[in-house]
Amino acid sequence: MIEWLTIVQVAVAVAGGILCLALGFAGRKPNDYTLGVVALVEVLLVAQLISAIVSPFVGNTPSGDPLEFYTYLISALLLPAAGVFWALVERTRWSTVILGVVCLAIAVMVYRMNVIWFVQGA
Amino acid sequence: MPELTAPAPRSTRSKGVGRLLVVVYGILALGATGRSFVQIAHSLEDAQQVPLAFWLSALASVVYIVATIALVAPGRIWYRIAWITITFELVGVLVVGTLSLTHPELFARPSVWSWYGNGYLFIPLFLPVLGMIWLRSRRRNLDAADRDASAAA
Repeated sequence: MIEWLTIVQVAVAVAGGILCLALGFAGRKPNDYTLGVVALVEVLLVAQLISAIVSPFVGNTPSGDPLEFYTYLISALLLPAAGVFWALVERTRWSTVILGVVCLAIAVMVYRMNVIWFVQGA
Repeated sequence: MPELTAPAPRSTRSKGVGRLLVVVYGILALGATGRSFVQIAHSLEDAQQVPLAFWLSALASVVYIVATIALVAPGRIWYRIAWITITFELVGVLVVGTLSLTHPELFARPSVWSWYGNGYLFIPLFLPVLGMIWLRSRRRNLDAADRDASAAA
């Protein structure tokens, strides 16, 4: 896990989450911007997965429990897919709110993953 | 982006704010399932006896999954299942939460319900209550739908 990538990711997820919540409560249906933000969060999670697989080979091993780390990471990877699927099936403002909730949940999960990797067991 | 032409599948109990409830239930189900999986896997790895609290967490996570499905799925049977599962969760969080304070040796382990779910921002404590309020408000629509159906028949 790379610390600056995590900071970028949490920042993007929080900002995207607030944007989706605001637009959703303002009555907007999911659009290219809100779906794009969620897609960006997903791409960053895939980057996180690649970094987590590669890091131990260059001497950056997790201080905490790898099984717990990957359970969080895989759960987080599923969320945007589910949220976007919902947004495509049901084009109402509630889907935009849901995209926001998904982004904020991912921000919390990535923060927790950071704690597992760097702090826990150290 | 083009509008979808096919109407989305509708269910009586999954509209408005309720959708948000379903999503939060879904995330809680995912979190609880993942965590109990990790806890049980580690206990088995260490060849320990799996603590009761962990099995209870696993059971709770399965019930959260069923509750999530029941909130989305249409019809009276699912409505009843939603009530049963949500009641089970409320009783579970109250009983285990209390036991984790009075009998810490039994439940003072991180499980979804220990200390009234404080490891989960107390979401397990207030989510069932919100779920019940919402199910109650859907009840009227369900009854109205039944009346319409019998009037049409």
